[in-house]
Amino acid sequence: MSKLTPVLSAHWDEKDSFTIDAYTRNGGYKASAKALAMDPDAVIQLVKDSGLRGRGGAGFPTGMKWGFIPQGDNKEHYLVVNADESEPGTCKDTPLLMANPHVLIEGCIIACHAIRAKHAFIYIRGEVTHVVRRLNQAIEDAYKAGHLGKGIDLVLHVGAGAYICGEETALLDSLEGFRGQPRLRPPFPAIAGLYARPTVVNNVESIASVPAIIANGADWYQKYGTEKSKGMTLYSLSGHVNNPGQFEAPLGITLREILDLAGGVRTGHKLKFWTPGGSSTPLFTDEHLDTPLDYEGVAAAGSMLGTKALQIFDETTCVVRAVLRWTEFYKHESCGKCTPCREGTWWLVQILRDLENGSGSEEDLAKLLDLCDNIMGRSFCALGDGATSPITSSIKYFRDEYIAHVTGKGCPFDPVASTLFTSAGAK
Amino acid sequence: MFSDQDLAVMDSIIKRYPRSRSAIMPLLHYAQSKAGYVTNEGIELIAKLLTIETAEVSAVATFYTQYKRKPVGEYHVGVCTNTLCAVMGGDAIFAGLKEHLGIENDGVTADGKVSLEHIECNAACDYAPVVMANWEFYDNQTVQSSKDLVDSMRQGNPTPPTRGPKSLPTWKENSAVLAGINDGRANEGVQAGEPTLLGLKLAKEGK
Repeated sequence: MSKLTPVLSAHWDEKDSFTIDAYTRNGGYKASAKALAMDPDAVIQLVKDSGLRGRGGAGFPTGMKWGFIPQGDNKEHYLVVNADESEPGTCKDTPLLMANPHVLIEGCIIACHAIRAKHAFIYIRGEVTHVVRRLNQAIEDAYKAGHLGKGIDLVLHVGAGAYICGEETALLDSLEGFRGQPRLRPPFPAIAGLYARPTVVNNVESIASVPAIIANGADWYQKYGTEKSKGMTLYSLSGHVNNPGQFEAPLGITLREILDLAGGVRTGHKLKFWTPGGSSTPLFTDEHLDTPLDYEGVAAAGSMLGTKALQIFDETTCVVRAVLRWTEFYKHESCGKCTPCREGTWWLVQILRDLENGSGSEEDLAKLLDLCDNIMGRSFCALGDGATSPITSSIKYFRDEYIAHVTGKGCPFDPVASTLFTSAGAK
Repeated sequence: MFSDQDLAVMDSIIKRYPRSRSAIMPLLHYAQSKAGYVTNEGIELIAKLLTIETAEVSAVATFYTQYKRKPVGEYHVGVCTNTLCAVMGGDAIFAGLKEHLGIENDGVTADGKVSLEHIECNAACDYAPVVMANWEFYDNQTVQSSKDLVDSMRQGNPTPPTRGPKSLPTWKENSAVLAGINDGRANEGVQAGEPTLLGLKLAKEGK
């Protein structure tokens, strides 16, 4: 028996998998028909019973989020799907939407029915033109087939290059036509979201998981995963491995098991550090190969499951260079609204640059940790918190390597050795 | 610059939304598809259509990096230099392209064909190192393959994307797609690349 459980990915190998014909051929739009015949509260209860939790990073129970929408309030309700996949290392929603956009549309129909919304938006990042094409066509085809338009309207909204818009309240500001900057919470989007109306914001994979749950039932979904982390999910393996790719498995699988399936770390090299769920989740090392990759297991080991973006780095990689680059990313993407993040990420970059080029000192490590201490928990949104994760975790596991940059007055690594084409004559 | 037909398209974009101001981003993409970048004329028109101040439109246009306030090339090339791609070869690719094209970050070649930008993670890490052109995917690049790619652009016959339409659209054409205009090319290209399908393949083999 395979350890893998393709459900979302089950038909991706059919050449026309993204078309409405293929989706319907494989049983698509039956779950939405079933859900539309159910009482909305029963749909919410079914999703609650399945144990589905948010796949965008935070892991909040999806059915519970839907249940927070006030009913009978005579206000418009909105569903907003977060397809702004931009967390470094994260590459699951983009291939999902390229191969099967209709599963998301069907999930939107079910979710709208459950929360009594007539209007849904998909906010997709703007840097993936072909995915935009596929989704746009799929929405047109779903209207033509009568799945959309009869009480539920769906609008595709294309972003324009801002990581911060993956933060749900910044996303809402962006969708309302403003600069994408996070809002103070409370009020939470369930009370005052899009246009100050009750709004559910869910990740692509969360909503795309719903049709299979409606079709097969909560008990079926409960059979997969671990005690508090139910179901299957997409793990995205990238970096220094022989065969990177998407692996759909029950929650709780380990990196060792996935690496075994993927032919291991690239031949002749060994694992040095990895992220369990994108760059905002504290780094792991080879100590964590057997950590169950579910919400509780990863948290107990000091990190977060995040987006299940497993970025693998072998011993040729300089951790200071890696962390510097991520920090430059956070500085670039900081929206500027709050001081700890705007100023803090700027200073983190200066100090890390000094360390990487050999002009830093040992005291700089204490300064980095002090800055992180003043950013973590003091920023307006999770971007600031995320910026500190690679720094504090890398100093925890690789302090000696930072010190080697100081004592050796420079980076001891050859960047060519970590490229994929070291021996391919690519220079 | 903006014809009556353009104004009709922009009106249809505004009608997608319950509140008109939400249309500002697709309108900016659309304005960019006409001039190749967001011109002052474009900003003034959007402000007029949405009955808001030009400063409010400018504030949005300058917040998002995909909106350009000066011309880019017919083919805008982005090299991912976020950590994973950088380490696996993105830094070398970016350095190689700067040298090969004789331009710096955000530069445009004198013939107006190619512009270059280092970009952040583009959600294709299992295809690293990744290069984007007009926001289409060029997977598993090397220094040489990316030089060949920009050469093909300068010769007017760009190499097609690895996961995308059969031929590379221009910057203006793709800006219209981002405004939500259907160019009829959704069915072109593969449904998935090999890494996307790896887990499914192994599962079918019973592994």
